[in-house]
Amino acid sequence: MAHAAAAPSSHDTTHGHPPTSTGLDNKKIAIWAFIGSECMLFASLISTYLIYKGRSVVGPYPHEACLPPICSTPLKAILNIPVTSASTFVLLMSSLAMVLALAAVETKDQPKHTTGERILGNSKLWLWMTALLGITFLGFQAFEFTSFIHEGLTIRTNLFGSSFFTLTGFHGAHVTAGVLWLLTLLAIDYRRGLGPKDALNVDLAALYWHFVDVVWIAIFTLVYLIK
Amino acid sequence: MSHDSSHDPHHANVDHAAMGIEKEHPTWSTYWKVAVILTLITVVEVWIYYVPAIRDSRAFVPMLLIMSAVKFVTVVMFYMHLRYDHKLFRVLFTGPLIIAMTTIIGLMFLFGKLTLLK
Repeated sequence: MAHAAAAPSSHDTTHGHPPTSTGLDNKKIAIWAFIGSECMLFASLISTYLIYKGRSVVGPYPHEACLPPICSTPLKAILNIPVTSASTFVLLMSSLAMVLALAAVETKDQPKHTTGERILGNSKLWLWMTALLGITFLGFQAFEFTSFIHEGLTIRTNLFGSSFFTLTGFHGAHVTAGVLWLLTLLAIDYRRGLGPKDALNVDLAALYWHFVDVVWIAIFTLVYLIK
Repeated sequence: MSHDSSHDPHHANVDHAAMGIEKEHPTWSTYWKVAVILTLITVVEVWIYYVPAIRDSRAFVPMLLIMSAVKFVTVVMFYMHLRYDHKLFRVLFTGPLIIAMTTIIGLMFLFGKLTLLK
């Protein structure tokens, strides 16, 4: 370790970050450590949901209709798979847009000869696309939450409502934070332009965004598809 | 457009060492292919949900879990570049992930949601 610290890579002087014993930027190590801790946060929320699954005394229920006398009025199964499938697709595509945004920033100073290259190399386009897809996902979630409330499911209705709104609400809050981060990057891009030297900062946002996507991959299967 | 370093100065100003990039990141075409694969798996997941014969079979849950795991690993390996970046990042991610998954499975056993005995 001491040897590595004594002999920092040539990139250190080029890009001005202080030498570290690993040779890696501390911000990138920190974001991976943060993502690791987030895995455990979401594991606790997912296990809570799974433990409480099927233990609600009153409806509405996620996959089954609730009929009298258990429910005073007939309630249909509440999860809307087509809508959630669409929002899942939107979030997956936002991950694609994000990785293209990072690639565009990394290759900013390379000459672009064709229209396709100019489109692929346009970081603003892909950052906007990612942010808009993230906002669309949040729109789907707002639609889902309001329709659930209209159908009689709130965070206080039953165990399903409590664990469902907590889990998906936490995920939605993470998506919101990601959208704000993307908008900040966009503001910087418009102000002075993002270039290869900013690749690390865009990479940090990208890692966070992809993590939010992989959490949703797990939630979609465990909460929505498995009965 | 390619990220292939053989004919491209690949991000001459990108700090590969600080970012922990050990192998060249994939090309744009790879990213698109990954997106198509992720979409197809999602379509299959939703499709089998609507096929009663599959949904009511014992294979339904394992199939969904496998497809979900494949999507998860694909995003982490290709979009988060864990396949291409420094080993330390793999340790920082997989360590807590193993703890997280063990916690979920342990709690499921503890609360009787999973059992080895019928």
